[in-house]
Amino acid sequence: MELLTNHLLTLILFFPVLAALVLLWLPKRQLKLIRWTALAVSLIPFLLTVYLWTQFKLGQAGFQFEEQYTWYAAIHSTFHIGVDGLSLMMVLLTTLLMPLALLASFNIKDHVKAYMILFLLLETGMLGVFLSVDLLIFFVFWEVGLVPMYFLINQWGSEKGEREIWKGVKVLARNYASLKFIIYTMAGSLGLFLAIQMLGVFFQNYDLPVLYQKWNALTSGTMLGLSVSTVKTVAFWAFVVAFAVKIPVWPFHTWLPDAHTEAPTAGSMILAGVLLKLGAYGFLRLVLPLYPAESQRYAGALAFLAVMAIVFGSFASYGQRDFKRLVAYSSVNHMGFVLLGIAAAAKVGIHSTDAALNLSSNFALNGAVLQMFNHGLSAAGMFFLVGVIYERTHTRNLDDYGGLFPLVPVYGGILIFTSMASLGLPGLNGFVSEFLVVRGSWPVLTVYTAVAMIGLLFTGAFILKGIKSVLHGPVNERWVGHLSEINTREILVMAPLMALMLVIGIYPAWILDVINKAVTMLFG
Amino acid sequence: MHFPILSIIVFIPLVAGLLILLYKPDQKKAIRVTALTAAALALLLSIIVYIAYDKSVGGYQFLEQYKWMPFLGISLKFGVDGMSVPLILLTGIVMLTGVMISWGIEDRPREFFAFLFILATGVFGVFSSLDLFMLFFFYEIAVFPMYLLIVIWGWIKTREYAAMKLTLYLFIGSVVSLVGALVMYWASGLHTFDMLLLEHAHFTPEFQKLWFPFVFLGFAVLGGIFPFHNWSPDGHVAAPTAVSMFHAGVLMKLGAFAALRVGIMLLPEGAKFHMKWIIFLALVNIVYGAFIAMVQTDFKYVIGFSSVSHMGLVMMGFATLTPEGLTGAGVQMFSHGVMTALFFAAVGMVYDRAHTREISELGGMIKFLPLVAIGFIIASLVSMGMPGFSGFVAEFPIYMGLWKTRWLIAVIAAISIVVTAAYILLVVHRVFFGYMPTKFEGHIGPINNLDKMALVLWCVIMIGLGLFPSLMVPWVQTGVQHVLALLGGA
Amino acid sequence: MSAIAPTTILAILPEILLLVLGILVLIVDPFWKKDESRRAGLGWLTAGGLLVIFAASIFLARPGSEPQPVLGGMLRHDWLAFAFKIFFLFAAAVTVLFFVDTEQLNRHAESYLLLLAATLGMCLMASAADLVMLFLAIETTSIPLYILAGFLTQDEKSAESGFKYMLFGAMTSAVLLYGLSLAYGFSGKTDLLELSASFASFSPLALGTIFLILVGLAFKVSLFPFHFWAPDVYEGAPTPVTGFLSTASKAAGFAVLMRLFTTAFPAISKNWTWILAILATLTMTVGNLIALAQLKDEGNIKRLLAYSSIAHAGYAMIGVVAFSEMGIASAVFYLIAYLLTNLAAFGIVIALSRVVGSDSIAAYKGLSRRNPTLALMMLVAFLSLSGMPPFGGFVAKVFVFTAAIEKGWIWLAVVGVLNSIIGLYYYLTVLKYIYLYRMEGENEELHPVPLTRPYALALAVLTIGVIMTGVIVAPWVRLAMNAASGLF
Repeated sequence: MELLTNHLLTLILFFPVLAALVLLWLPKRQLKLIRWTALAVSLIPFLLTVYLWTQFKLGQAGFQFEEQYTWYAAIHSTFHIGVDGLSLMMVLLTTLLMPLALLASFNIKDHVKAYMILFLLLETGMLGVFLSVDLLIFFVFWEVGLVPMYFLINQWGSEKGEREIWKGVKVLARNYASLKFIIYTMAGSLGLFLAIQMLGVFFQNYDLPVLYQKWNALTSGTMLGLSVSTVKTVAFWAFVVAFAVKIPVWPFHTWLPDAHTEAPTAGSMILAGVLLKLGAYGFLRLVLPLYPAESQRYAGALAFLAVMAIVFGSFASYGQRDFKRLVAYSSVNHMGFVLLGIAAAAKVGIHSTDAALNLSSNFALNGAVLQMFNHGLSAAGMFFLVGVIYERTHTRNLDDYGGLFPLVPVYGGILIFTSMASLGLPGLNGFVSEFLVVRGSWPVLTVYTAVAMIGLLFTGAFILKGIKSVLHGPVNERWVGHLSEINTREILVMAPLMALMLVIGIYPAWILDVINKAVTMLFG
Repeated sequence: MHFPILSIIVFIPLVAGLLILLYKPDQKKAIRVTALTAAALALLLSIIVYIAYDKSVGGYQFLEQYKWMPFLGISLKFGVDGMSVPLILLTGIVMLTGVMISWGIEDRPREFFAFLFILATGVFGVFSSLDLFMLFFFYEIAVFPMYLLIVIWGWIKTREYAAMKLTLYLFIGSVVSLVGALVMYWASGLHTFDMLLLEHAHFTPEFQKLWFPFVFLGFAVLGGIFPFHNWSPDGHVAAPTAVSMFHAGVLMKLGAFAALRVGIMLLPEGAKFHMKWIIFLALVNIVYGAFIAMVQTDFKYVIGFSSVSHMGLVMMGFATLTPEGLTGAGVQMFSHGVMTALFFAAVGMVYDRAHTREISELGGMIKFLPLVAIGFIIASLVSMGMPGFSGFVAEFPIYMGLWKTRWLIAVIAAISIVVTAAYILLVVHRVFFGYMPTKFEGHIGPINNLDKMALVLWCVIMIGLGLFPSLMVPWVQTGVQHVLALLGGA
Repeated sequence: MSAIAPTTILAILPEILLLVLGILVLIVDPFWKKDESRRAGLGWLTAGGLLVIFAASIFLARPGSEPQPVLGGMLRHDWLAFAFKIFFLFAAAVTVLFFVDTEQLNRHAESYLLLLAATLGMCLMASAADLVMLFLAIETTSIPLYILAGFLTQDEKSAESGFKYMLFGAMTSAVLLYGLSLAYGFSGKTDLLELSASFASFSPLALGTIFLILVGLAFKVSLFPFHFWAPDVYEGAPTPVTGFLSTASKAAGFAVLMRLFTTAFPAISKNWTWILAILATLTMTVGNLIALAQLKDEGNIKRLLAYSSIAHAGYAMIGVVAFSEMGIASAVFYLIAYLLTNLAAFGIVIALSRVVGSDSIAAYKGLSRRNPTLALMMLVAFLSLSGMPPFGGFVAKVFVFTAAIEKGWIWLAVVGVLNSIIGLYYYLTVLKYIYLYRMEGENEELHPVPLTRPYALALAVLTIGVIMTGVIVAPWVRLAMNAASGLF
C-alpha cells in the first residue's frame, strides 16, 4: 500500500510503458491475446486514477502526490511530478479514453502488436505532460507524444486518398497528414523549446513552482541585452504559438483536418479527445501563471483568434462533404470556446478587485476546463461513430449516406445523442461548459463573445446537417441489406461516454466542484 | 591503478592486427574470430575504465608514463579525464560493432581487419594521450589506414577520388596543427611535450591569439568544420560500412576532441578570443548541413551530411565555452557516435541487399528488415533531438550554453531541428515504408545474428542514455570542470 | 715515423678492415669455382665480412666523449664519423645482399670490390678533417660508383647513366677542388678546424668559396640546382646500385657538408644557412612536383623514387639549416631513417623487377595479391617516406621541423610540411596501384612474386629497422645527439 500511495503517479504514468514491454514479448500472430491484454492493462491506469480521485484532497492548494527524483542534474532538471485539480481532470480523461480507444481498435488487423504498443507509449506521453511539475520534463513528454501518433497515422491511417504536394507528385493522404502533423507541431514548439532553455539558463532551475515565483518576481531590468518586458513578451508569444498549434487555434489549425481525417478511428479519438487538450492545458498551466501581465495585455488578441476558430471552424464544418472532416473542423470550433474562456480570464487578470469581473473570470475558466473534458468525451464519441459507419460503408462522403436511421436505429440513436452533446443541447454536458464560457466571457469580451454566437449558431447547423445527411431522408437503396447494426463491442465503447455526457449535463456539480476549486486556487 | 589498462586498450588492436597479418589469406574464420575477440576485449576493458573512473575526484586518472625520447621531452603518457573516458567507451563500442558488421567481407579480410585495427589503435591512442607528440603520433596512425580501407574496399564509383581527398585534407589539417604544436613546444620554454605540464605553460595572450586558429582549425578539419568539411560526405559514402561507422562515429570525434585538448585547453586565451567567430562556422555546419542533407538523392549522402550537421553541434558546444555547452558537446560526441554507427550500418545492410542507394529506387524495406527499420527509426529520433533519447540529452545543454553566449544563434540553429526532423522522417518513410519495388522481391534476405546484436546494443544505449542522463553526464561534467578551470584561470 | 698507436688503429678500424675484406675477395675470386654456387657464395662472403666489420666497429671503434684527431689531424674520430661509418657499413651489407641475386652484378668479384672501395671512401669522407683528405675521400668514393652505375655494359641506359654520372661528377669535383683550394689560399691551412679564423666575416671571397664548395657537395647530395643527374642516373643504373647511391652516397655528402660548414664557417652561419634554406626549399618543391609526372602506367618507379630522394635531401637539409645541436642531430636521425626506408623501397623494386622485368608503375598492379608480404613492406616503406607514424619517417620529420622551429625557421618548417602533403599524394597513389588495381586478366594467383633468401633477409631487416626507428626511438636519437655534440 505504501508503494501505491508513495508512487501512485509514477505508476499511473509508466504503467502503459510496462504494458507495452509485456506486449513486446507476446507472439504477434495471437491477435486476440494481444488485443485483450492491451485492453486489460490499459484499464489499470484508469482504476488507479479513480483511486487517485478518491484520495485527492479538494481544497488543498498546490500539487499533491508529488514525487521528485534526480534526472538531469547537470542542467538542474528533476523528474518532478504531481497533480492538482486541473491535471487530475485531464489524467482522468486520458486514462478513461485510452481503454475505450483500444476497445475501438479491435477491428485493426495489420501489425496489431505494433499498433497497441504505440498506443500505450502515446498514453504515457500524454499523461506525462499533465503530470509534470518540471518544465523540462513537460517538454520531454510534449515532444515524445508526437512520435507514436506520427506512426499511427502513417501506418494505420486511411488507405485511400491522395494529396498532390507539388508538380504532380502525389503522396498518400495519410503520409502527407502525418508528416504535416509532426513537422507543424515541432516547428510550433521551437519557440517553446527556445523559451524553456532561456528560462532554464536564466534561473538555473526548471521546477515549475520555483519558476512561477521567480519569473513573476522579475519585472524590471534588462536581460539578454533587451528589457525584461520585451523578453517576456517574446517568450509569451513563443509559448502561445506552441500551444496554439496544438489546440489548435486559427490560423495554426491547418494540420488538424488532415491529421484527424486520415488517422485511424481510435487515433482520431485520442487526437481529438486528449491531444488537443495538451495545448489548452499548456495555456492554463504555463501561459497564464507565467505571463499574467502579457496575457492580460494580449487577451484581446487571444480572444480574436478564439473567435475566429469558433466561427471559421463551424463554417468549415458546415461546408464539408466528408463526415470525418466535418467532425474534425468541429473540434476547431469547440476548442475555440476553451480559448475564449481562457482569454476572458486572462483579461480580467489575477489582480482585479471587481467582484463581478472576478466571478465572470471564474465562470469562464470553469467553463473552459469543463469544455476540455466535455469535448474530449464528445469528440471521441463522434469520431468513433464515424468510424463505425465507415467500417460498414467504406465511404465517408455524406452524399453516399442517406436515411440510414431505419436500417441502424440503435446506431442512429447513439449518433443523435452524441451529436446533441456536441451541439450543446441543455441536459447534456456540452451545454454546461459552453454556457459557462459564454456567461464568463460576455461581461469581459462582449464583442468577441457576440461574434462567437454566430459560430454557435452554425455549430447547430452543421451538426443537424450532418445527422440529416446520414440518418434522415429517403433510405439510400445501396445500403439496404448491407448495413449491420452497431455491435456490442461498439456500444460498450460509447456507453461510458454517453453516461458521462448525460450525468455531467444533468448533475455537473461533482466535477465542477473539483474544477472550481482548482481554478480558484490557481487563478484566484 | 598500476595495471597499465590504458596502454593495453590502446595496443590490443595493433597487436591483434599484426597477429591477423600472420594468418594465411584463406583462414577467414580465424581472422574474423581473432578480430571479434580482440574487439570484445578492448570494449570490456573500456567499460571497466569507464566504471572505475572516480567521478568524485575527477582529473586525469589511470596515468601511465614511459620515457620515449627524453632529449625532446617526449614520453608515452596515457591518462583519461571525464571528457575522454566516454570517448574511449564509444571507440570500444564502435570497434566491436564494426567487426560484427564486417563479418561478411570476402575480399582480403586479413588486410581489412589489420588496417581497421591499426586505425583503432590510433583512435584509442589519441583519446588517451597526454603527451602532445604522441597525440600526433596516434592521430596520423588514425589517418592513413582510411586511405587504404576506402580505396580498396570502398564504393567503386568514387573510392579513389574520395579516399585521396579525405587523406590529403586530413593530413593537411593535422600538419597545420603540428606546426602550431611545435611552435607551442618551442615557446613554452619547458622543453617538454607533456600536456599536463603544458597546461600551465602560461603562453602570452598574443601568442595564444596568433596560434589558436591554426591549432584549433587544423584539428577541427577532422571534425568537419565548415568550410573544411568537404572531404566528409564523399569520404562517408565511398567507404565500406564499417569504415563509415568508424569515420563518422569516432574519427570525427578525434578532430573535435583534439581541438579541445590542444586548442582550447592549452591556449585558453586564444580560445576565448576566437570563439566569437568560430561559433558562426559551427552554425553554418548545423544549418547548412541540414539543408543540404534534405536535397540528397543518395541514402548515404543524407547521413553523411547529417554528420556534418551534428558535428557542428559539438563544435558549437565547445564554442560557447560554458559548462552547459561543453557538457552537451561531450555527450553529443558519444550520442552521435552511436547513432551514426547505427545509421551507416543500416544503410550498409540495405545496400548489400538492394544494391542501390538511390532513395527513389528504394521502398518498403521494413517488410523484410524490420529490426533494421526500427533501429533506423530510433536513430532518427535521436538525430532529431527527440526527448527520451540520447540526442536530446546532448543537444539541450548545448542550446542552453548558446543562450548564455549568443542567443540569436540559438534561435537560428533551432531551425535545423525541424529541417532535420523533416528530412530524416522523409528518408525513413521512403526507404522503409511504402511500396517495395518488385525487383527486390525475394532478394532481400534477413540480417544475421551479429547484425541484430549490434542493432540492439546501439538502441539500448541511445534509449538508456536518453532516459537516464546520469549514466554519462556526471563523467563529462568532471572533464568540463577541468576545462573551465583552465579557461578561467588563464 | 712515430709508432702508430692502438687508438689510431681502432679509430680507422672500419677502413682497415674494409681494405682487408676487399683484398680477401679479390684473392678468393679466381679460386672460386665458376659455377652456380659462386654467384651466391661470393656475395654472402662479402656480406658476412661487412657484418663482421660492422660488429667490430660497434664494439671496438667507438669514440670517446671527446673527439680525437687521428693521423696528424687528417681524420677526426668522433661520434659523427662513427655514426655515419656504421650506416655505410650497414647500407653496404644490405646492398651486397641485393647484388647476390642480380644478374651481371654477381658474376664478378669486381662489383663487390668496387662497392667496398666506395664504402671505404665514404668512411673516410665521414671522418675527414683536412681539405686534402676530404677531396681524396670524395674521389675514392665517386670513381667506383661511376663504374658501378655503368656496370651493365650491355644495357644502353646503364652505360648512359655511368657516363653521365662520371661527367657530372668530374665536373663538380673540379669546381669543388677549386673551392677547397681557395679555402686553403685564404687560411694557409688545410686543417678544417683552423679554417674558421679566416672565415670570420662574410666577404665576397668567402661567398665565392662557399659557393664553389657547395657546387660539389650539392651534386653529391643532389640538391637543387645540381640534382639534374639524379633521375637519369638512378633510372639507368642497376637498381641495387641506385639504392646505394640514393642512400649511402647521399649521406656521405651530408656528413661532409655538416662537418665542413659547422667546423669551418661557424661565424658566418647566418649567411650560409639562408643559402641552404633556399636551396632546400627549391629542392623539396622541385623534387616533389616533378615526381607527380611519374604517376601514370608508363611512369618509372625508379625515376619516381629518384625525385623522392631529391626531395628528401631537402627535408634533411632543414635540420642542417637549423644550425644547432638539435638541428644536426635531427638531420642525422633523418638520414638514418631515410637510409633504411629508401633501401627497403629499392629492394622491393629489385625484387619485383627480377620477376616482372619492368620498372614501370603499371607492373605494380595487383602486387598485394601476388605477394602480400612484399606489398606490406612497400606499404611500410612508402608510409615512412611520406612521414606517417609509427615509422621512422614520421619521427624524423617532426624532429627536423622541431629543430627548425626552435631556431626560428618557422617558414621553412611550413614549406617542409606542405611538401610532405605533395609527397603523401604520390606515395599513396603508388600504394593504390599495389592494393587496388588488378593485373590484366586478374589472375594474380598464377603470377606470384617469389622472394629469394638474400632479399627476404635484407628486406626483413630493413622493414624492422624502419619500424624500430619509429617506435623504439631513444637509442637512435642518442646516437644522433652524440654525433651532433661532437661538432659544437
